[in-house]
Amino acid sequence: MKRLPLQKIALALAAPVAAAIVSLLVSSIAVLASHKSPMLAYKTMWEFGTQGGSLMEAVNSATPYYIAAIAIAVTFRAGLFNIGVEGQLRLGALFSAYIGAMFTLPPVLHVLAIFIVAMTIGGLWASIAAYLKVKRGVNEVISTIMLNSLAVGMTSFLFAKYFAVITEGSNNMTTKELPESAWFPDLVPLLTKLGMPEIQGASVNGMLVIAIALGFIFWFVVNRTRFGFELRASGANPIAARVSGVNSKKMTVVALVISGAIAGLSGLPAVLGETHAYNMGFRSGIGFSAIAVALLGRNSAGGMAFSALLFGFLEVSSRALELIDIAPETYVIMQGSILLSSVIAYEVVRRFKLTLQSKELAKAVTA
Amino acid sequence: MKNKATKMLLNATYLLLLISIIRLITGATDLTSVGTASAALLLSVPIILAGLGGLFSERAGVVNIGLEGMMILGAWAGGFVGSKHGPWLGLIAAVIFGSVGALLHAIATISFGVDHVVSGVAINIMAAGLVRYLSTILYQGGSWPGPSQSPDVNPISVNGLPVLSGGHFFGWQSPDILTPIAEKHWFFISDLIGIIRGVTGDLSYVTLIAVLFIPLSFFVLWKTSFGLRLRSAGEAPVAAESLGVNVYGMKYAGVLISGGLAGLGGGFLAIVAANHYQENQIAGRGYIGLAALLFGNYRPGGILAGAALFGFADALQLRDSASIRALVLLIAAILAYLVYRNIKRGKMVSASISAVMAAASVWFFFAVKELPGQLVTMTPYIATLLVMSLASARLRMPAADGMPYRRGGLR
Repeated sequence: MKRLPLQKIALALAAPVAAAIVSLLVSSIAVLASHKSPMLAYKTMWEFGTQGGSLMEAVNSATPYYIAAIAIAVTFRAGLFNIGVEGQLRLGALFSAYIGAMFTLPPVLHVLAIFIVAMTIGGLWASIAAYLKVKRGVNEVISTIMLNSLAVGMTSFLFAKYFAVITEGSNNMTTKELPESAWFPDLVPLLTKLGMPEIQGASVNGMLVIAIALGFIFWFVVNRTRFGFELRASGANPIAARVSGVNSKKMTVVALVISGAIAGLSGLPAVLGETHAYNMGFRSGIGFSAIAVALLGRNSAGGMAFSALLFGFLEVSSRALELIDIAPETYVIMQGSILLSSVIAYEVVRRFKLTLQSKELAKAVTA
Repeated sequence: MKNKATKMLLNATYLLLLISIIRLITGATDLTSVGTASAALLLSVPIILAGLGGLFSERAGVVNIGLEGMMILGAWAGGFVGSKHGPWLGLIAAVIFGSVGALLHAIATISFGVDHVVSGVAINIMAAGLVRYLSTILYQGGSWPGPSQSPDVNPISVNGLPVLSGGHFFGWQSPDILTPIAEKHWFFISDLIGIIRGVTGDLSYVTLIAVLFIPLSFFVLWKTSFGLRLRSAGEAPVAAESLGVNVYGMKYAGVLISGGLAGLGGGFLAIVAANHYQENQIAGRGYIGLAALLFGNYRPGGILAGAALFGFADALQLRDSASIRALVLLIAAILAYLVYRNIKRGKMVSASISAVMAAASVWFFFAVKELPGQLVTMTPYIATLLVMSLASARLRMPAADGMPYRRGGLR
């Protein structure tokens, strides 16, 4: 099975490159449809997007995507699909903002306590889907989607009716502000000390550190532990896994609950690092973009980091399109076409590799 | 078969009796009013269409989570074309747009073997993004009133049964005998008449077509050779191929029909149920259609039952929150029945769980006098979860549903 390293590299790069070309083509058509030059659009995006401030914003935007994508990848590796991240993270964010503001603890402990609240709420909400799947045989894709709608209804109800405080002279509803001990520190002071040039109004959400740590833990647990092996086994071949002693029902419950717990954390960058409360402006749709991030990143820690950053970059840099009269929403076309074409491209490359392998095998046998 | 039909009729009668009793107790007259029944039918139609769409696709062996995205495309096209060229062309455009989404799904899953759920979810994300982009451009161009809303579409005319429900034919306006009876609020009779009047009067022609699709789908799938081949592709593709069936072709056909039906469902929401396209109009109805398909055990008649349930919950939710409160009592009654059944079968744990839930429902009914709006909107989703959890255990899905198939046994 000797293969030239060149060929190996070409095969590894084929799918992402093909997907990038297709999505560039599709987005160019979209830009052309509004009678603008695609080249000018890409140039504007690149120039704006690579400025220091924009890059930081892209990272901040990528942080919750990455955490939520890890949550989805945990279920994916177990052969499940948790589409309910949006609901889990909203409930987690609301409850952690509300409960976190009720007490004060020493700085680090307070943040940890809020983490536990967010993870508990997210995990509990996901456990409904786990129960329905294991006990009643309800497909988790449908149940988590329904639970999303329920969670959105419940958060808006609980928030408006019980959790929000109305400040005089303002019509922005928000929960009580978290005490300073629960604020997650910004990374900019640290980075400037390490020699980063100073940028006006710069901010890097400290939860980035948590996201990176989670990425490492995810990689380690899934690839290097017995638990991770059982998780992957029950996803790859449930029957074989059961025969070799893996309890697939238990794996289903564990995967969904862990996924919900991580999803709960993905609402915290906003709550602990930016607004220090849950308010009406809470960003919606993180959980859905994260599905795309997880699929694009092939559920691997590194791949998802790349695709989360890519999505963040596209989102932030496309804002500059407004200056040249192109709808900034162009970025959703780019994200969507990258997603679909990469999903297909990886499958094509996989098949191509298989054919190549069987050809080599045939050659080896006949020689 | 006759036995089964009688049993179903009997069950329906019991259910209606139960609802009449609850209406009498709670005074929630909207529970069985003409308006509710009519709205329930209107809201069932998109779910029927999505469910039938899922039926064609999954019977051919392709899981179609992308129904949601195809409905979104259909709704957008319905608003876009319908507001320019009239409602009927809008509906045709909806079918075409839905099919284009389906074509993508078919290429990805059938020709390239991408995981069906992955491709479907990718299509949902892409469809939502695409229509948002297009709407923004149209709004900026000045032809749309908002970045998330199309101009109004002319309505499609309505009709009803002659004599009984006030239809109009060739310039003759028939009397409407049923409505006055329904408004008398007689026990059981008015409830029955109200529902009959609701589903036979003031029907949009599209509603009629959509309902006719149910027997038509049954006929196509179970009484034609095309249907047999399509189903064989979903049950045993390798065997089908060996008998000369074009499995890829059947799968493509199933998925494309699926997208057309889902697109029509989306167009219906934009043109008939509302009078313009609006962002988030679909709101999970593609998934609910899929739930109706599972509830109906992959059969057209079952889809109708499931869709009617969700349509009913949705209609009550839109019309009157007092009725939703009454619905809680209905749930309590059904749970009480489950307690009885479980005790009879000796399942004490399940019985006690049901008993606790029934007690909680009754408590809720008496404790909460008025339900807040945000919770009322959750009714269809709760109904979906409840129904799924009761129905899923006895499912029989097509044997090769969701499995990638490649000609020649390759992987």
